[in-house]
Amino acid sequence: MTHEESRETTGPEPHLSPRERERFDECVLPYLDAAYNLARYLLRDGDQAEEAVQEAFLRAIRHFGGFRGADGRAWILSIVRNTCFTQLRRRRSGGAMVEFDEEAHSLEAELSAPEADLARAIASESVHEGLGRLGAEFREALVLRELEGLSYKEIAHVMGVPIGTVMSRLARARKQLLLALGAGAKESV
Amino acid sequence: MASAHVFDRLSAFLDDELDPVASGEVSQHLESCPDCSAALARQRELSENLRRDLEYHRAPDLLRARVMRDLRAAGRRGAVRSRPAAQAWRWLGAAAAVIAVGGGTWIVATLPRERPEAATAREAVSGHIRSLMANHLTDVASTDQHTVKPWFSGRLDFSPPVTDFAAANYPLVGGRLDYLQGRPVAALVYMHRMHVINVFVWPMSDAHEGIAPALTQRGFHVIHGTRAGMAYWVVSDLNAEELAAFAQLITAPSGKP
Repeated sequence: MTHEESRETTGPEPHLSPRERERFDECVLPYLDAAYNLARYLLRDGDQAEEAVQEAFLRAIRHFGGFRGADGRAWILSIVRNTCFTQLRRRRSGGAMVEFDEEAHSLEAELSAPEADLARAIASESVHEGLGRLGAEFREALVLRELEGLSYKEIAHVMGVPIGTVMSRLARARKQLLLALGAGAKESV
Repeated sequence: MASAHVFDRLSAFLDDELDPVASGEVSQHLESCPDCSAALARQRELSENLRRDLEYHRAPDLLRARVMRDLRAAGRRGAVRSRPAAQAWRWLGAAAAVIAVGGGTWIVATLPRERPEAATAREAVSGHIRSLMANHLTDVASTDQHTVKPWFSGRLDFSPPVTDFAAANYPLVGGRLDYLQGRPVAALVYMHRMHVINVFVWPMSDAHEGIAPALTQRGFHVIHGTRAGMAYWVVSDLNAEELAAFAQLITAPSGKP
């Protein structure tokens, strides 16, 4: 997402015609729970998740005139996840914007402890806590797959990546989580 | 095939997202490789744990209220913007009527091409969305089929089969009256994890028994089946595979109360 987009909430006031409003209520609004759930798992904070979802919905209202697709869920979830990742980048860099680097932004980069130590440290933790230790994009893949039940194609649409990336990200997410939970201690990553 | 190669595909194999060739290769390898089989079992267990243990965070009421307020504000701004054009519309009325006639002709010409199921599916999806939005999911909230079934008698001119599938992880949560296809129908509400499933039921005598392939409308999956003189329309945002499994339960002879 560009710097411009991240500040668009200060742009012109959004408006919807009655017909657009009706379409919005049918295509997008039913996914408010899904939007909040994703934001909650990405940001791991209720207040920040609420803020991000409200901002994402404002953005969705503003751009709804240009939405021609059939899948309102993937559309709103992609706006929500972009909003959340913008917040996460701001949080990590102490306010300054940094570019999102897919390769560098891995679990290894996010954690200060080596994975073997991590595995020992949280071997007794619940699945929930284990998930919280994963990088945000791994959490995202698992939440979209396991809680939303989306197909790889739908997840690819939400994340804006090729299906192959979804496949490898989910594989890694599961491997990392198993390792963190101590169940897959013998598996190398 | 090398273990390492298969190992990386286990996750996609578990999700049934490999192409048939790759899937066949993995199946074959699993037969002779205990390590990969064990790894697959661990991944399956993890997946089940996540689905069972992770909380699905529903949007708090305050957030919902804020989003609704933003939507109302966006609607008002739209109305304000169109007001100066109101006078122009008045004398364009005659032209609009001509367009409407043209539009009508077009509608008549295209409607017969739509499959009849598509129209019912659209109504079913609208019913599903209404039930989620208006906070009116159930008229009778009960997980007991013996409470839900009698509730419909006297309200409908037929008695819908009502079965709780909690044992298969599809608990019944209640029932409601709805209106589809120009008639009152029974809406049975089930949950699977945090996904709501609406099952619309009404008598249908002449159709073939069985389940039609799933349709997708506005991001919802719709499955239609017929059994013992009843039409079943199952709608949810649940993934197509699990919804199909549920539709099998609903229309299976053992589903008879």
